[in-house]
Amino acid sequence: MEIGLSHYLALSAILFTIGVFGIFVNRKNVIIILMSVELILLSVNVNFVAFSSYLNDLSGQVFALFVLTVAAAEAGVGLAILVTYFRNRGDISVDRINLMKG
Amino acid sequence: MEFVSILPALAFYLFAGTACLSALMVVIARNPVRSVLFLIATFFSVAALFVMLGAEFLAMLLVVVYVGAVAVLFLFVVMMLDVDFVELRQGFAEYLPLGGLLAFVLTVELIVLGATFRLPETGIGAVQSPIDPGISNIEAFGLVLYTDYAFFFEAAGLILLVAMVGAILLTLSHKKGVKRQNISDQVARTPKDGMKLVDVKPGEGLG
Repeated sequence: MEIGLSHYLALSAILFTIGVFGIFVNRKNVIIILMSVELILLSVNVNFVAFSSYLNDLSGQVFALFVLTVAAAEAGVGLAILVTYFRNRGDISVDRINLMKG
Repeated sequence: MEFVSILPALAFYLFAGTACLSALMVVIARNPVRSVLFLIATFFSVAALFVMLGAEFLAMLLVVVYVGAVAVLFLFVVMMLDVDFVELRQGFAEYLPLGGLLAFVLTVELIVLGATFRLPETGIGAVQSPIDPGISNIEAFGLVLYTDYAFFFEAAGLILLVAMVGAILLTLSHKKGVKRQNISDQVARTPKDGMKLVDVKPGEGLG
């Protein structure tokens, strides 16, 4: 039984849809939404690394590194916004988050 | 001998299954702390898969950066915020059927797409940076990252700097009534405003 590229693509597809599903069903909880975004970016990284490995090209892994960087920055800033929002409003429900538009 | 030949497939299904199950638990867990812990499990399994693909450096990075920093950041925020998470789950059951259907359709489509995809027999025309099997992954990574992608590497550093400044600026708050050290005031202090000579008369207080 040979593990080929399509196995990794299938895994990446499943992780991606779980992320989309998470955003869809947890519409109120920003923390879970941020985690779902992390899952989606992780699935993209799986795709990059799988193709990099099967095409014998290192640039896919380099690109995955940059995706990782941006994902970390996004998580940091997103959680900082969340903490500020919680400090001002006392809850983190996304429903009334449009109050932030000033 | 038979067992050794199926070992990679076995490892793949173990790690991939763990990754998928814990990713699903991230989304459907009731308690966000558990979600974060399952997120860590997901990242760990995917890091193991990266090792199987020969991307050891990225696997290590995933464990160090994600499990060590990002997931712990999530954990801090979840524990710091005093939020009623039960209330935030409202609408979960309402969106579950449609969301599940959409997710199922999307998964099937993407898997069919991935399964029918074939790499061209001749290989891709222009391989940007071919992997040299003679050197280790991290060495090859460094050779590529600091030459071909040097500008992108610096841009990534800049993005992290901007994110750091932004996160600090967003969460920095000056509370009223907290005494803070003012260094310029302290340096500018002279004996004249630091000390007062009072002539106390005998039998009387200062008040």
